[in-house]
Amino acid sequence: MSILVFAEHDNSELKADTLKTVAAAQAIGGDIHLLVAGHNCQAVAEAASKVNGVSKVLVADNAAYEHQLAENVSLLVTELAADYNHIMATALTTGKNFMPRVAALLDVTQISDIIAVESSDTFVRPIYAGNAIATVQSLDSKKVITVRSTGFDAVATDGNAEIIAVDKVTDAGISSYVSEQLSVSERPELGAASVIISGGRGMQNGENFKLLDGIADKLGAAIGASRAAVDAGFVPNDMQVGQTGKIVAPDLYIAVGISGAIQHLAGMKDSKVIVAINKDAEAPIFQVADYGLVADLFNALPELESKL
Amino acid sequence: MKVLVPIKRVIDYNVKVRVKADNSNVDLANVKMAINPFCEIAVEEAVRLKEAGIATEVIAVSIGNKSCQEQLRTALALGADRAIQIETDESLDSINIAKLLQKIVEEEQPQLVILGKQSIDSDNNQTGQMLAALTGMAQGTFASAVSIDGDKVNVTREVDSGLQTLALTLPAIVTTDLRLNEPRYASLPNIMKAKRKPLVVKAAADFGIDLTPRTNLIKVTPPAERKAGIIVESIDELVEKLKNEAKVIS
Repeated sequence: MSILVFAEHDNSELKADTLKTVAAAQAIGGDIHLLVAGHNCQAVAEAASKVNGVSKVLVADNAAYEHQLAENVSLLVTELAADYNHIMATALTTGKNFMPRVAALLDVTQISDIIAVESSDTFVRPIYAGNAIATVQSLDSKKVITVRSTGFDAVATDGNAEIIAVDKVTDAGISSYVSEQLSVSERPELGAASVIISGGRGMQNGENFKLLDGIADKLGAAIGASRAAVDAGFVPNDMQVGQTGKIVAPDLYIAVGISGAIQHLAGMKDSKVIVAINKDAEAPIFQVADYGLVADLFNALPELESKL
Repeated sequence: MKVLVPIKRVIDYNVKVRVKADNSNVDLANVKMAINPFCEIAVEEAVRLKEAGIATEVIAVSIGNKSCQEQLRTALALGADRAIQIETDESLDSINIAKLLQKIVEEEQPQLVILGKQSIDSDNNQTGQMLAALTGMAQGTFASAVSIDGDKVNVTREVDSGLQTLALTLPAIVTTDLRLNEPRYASLPNIMKAKRKPLVVKAAADFGIDLTPRTNLIKVTPPAERKAGIIVESIDELVEKLKNEAKVIS
């Protein structure tokens, strides 16, 4: 049995989530190959060759894959899929974007967002914002799977896989990249941070998110937000934690001025320790918090920063 | 141009679902149902395109039993011109949903198909992409802005690292994210008017597609409960607990 895992990267760096997706592949078992599709992505290929449990790294380096357009990448992966039983990608925006296309081109349905592997055809995935956990058996001959990183522990990076160039160029010619606005931050990424401090509607405006900075600096934390704070324009969309935003499970999650809607809880309730600071003692966030503090955040945050 | 908007009837977003005692599935008996929030955003976007003079007709389509007509009427009340129900009592896998929608795309020949990026029940996030693959169309998923530009559509997408803008050749597929728009409330006159708008029912079985299930739902269980936490009285107590009890800070 062999498994193709799509490497998540930005042409310069292999994303740590790929190590977790490889762990999911190992739980299925078989010969694991990593696909690096991008442009000028040799550094990623070399990092990928060190991922434990991977025997081959396939590198498709072409301008057609530079921005990992779904139309082009899905054609490439579909062609390669002939040699594999399982095709897997991390359930981040790139994998979520092109993988269902691969599934449809292969005439299979996709098993999305798995958090555990029961067997080579049976997987566990959250549904209804994580309020129910489904065990699903795929009846298709090939399995197309996206993996939720929080469900798996990263594999080590002391491997030595063979790097093989893939010459196939699949350019559908129906989509093109125009521009991007990337958020630049010195802080860890939400998906990789061991501590996250998030603000909600209670922060009142974007300016007040600066109150989280000093605490984040002291804890080496990433800063997140609830949907309400993003919708209100306080902070950009890439900070949103929740059912349809980023799913995180850090060692410590501090929710500030967040009421705790189902959709937000879906994105963070697997965190090891949850702290909630909210002035409303009835807020649902307190039901999932290990430590709750009923307080006005404008008093609590400066005090917390000074005492860390 | 014609815009097709596939929509889904799901549990109301405010309702916390419960798992059945026999772990066979979730219990949806007597639960409030609604149009999937992302689908509502899709309808709103299509209606705005019509109001801007870009779209000529907005067609809503839903797949399910008779009860999904309620959500189709909601779409009509929001401004869709007509509706199609593909009737089935089965809960279909996404690939089979996409194949049925492919048939509607072939019949209606829309220039743009707008769908929600994800339904809040199965949380799959795949139907739009699958439909794009089956129809050979380009896709702009997780859209926060859509603008038609001649024979192309520019779609700004919410991605993990920020925003990305793509240009897609029409016809194309767009899936909506939360910031695309804020859907309007249907007015009472529009709700009344929606009752008289055309709604055609077609049987899923009549499309000649093999709808055999591709998955087997083995069980559904409630998530692990978190153990009850405590309320601390002060920042000092919080910091002390985090250091010495939880040991997550030093």
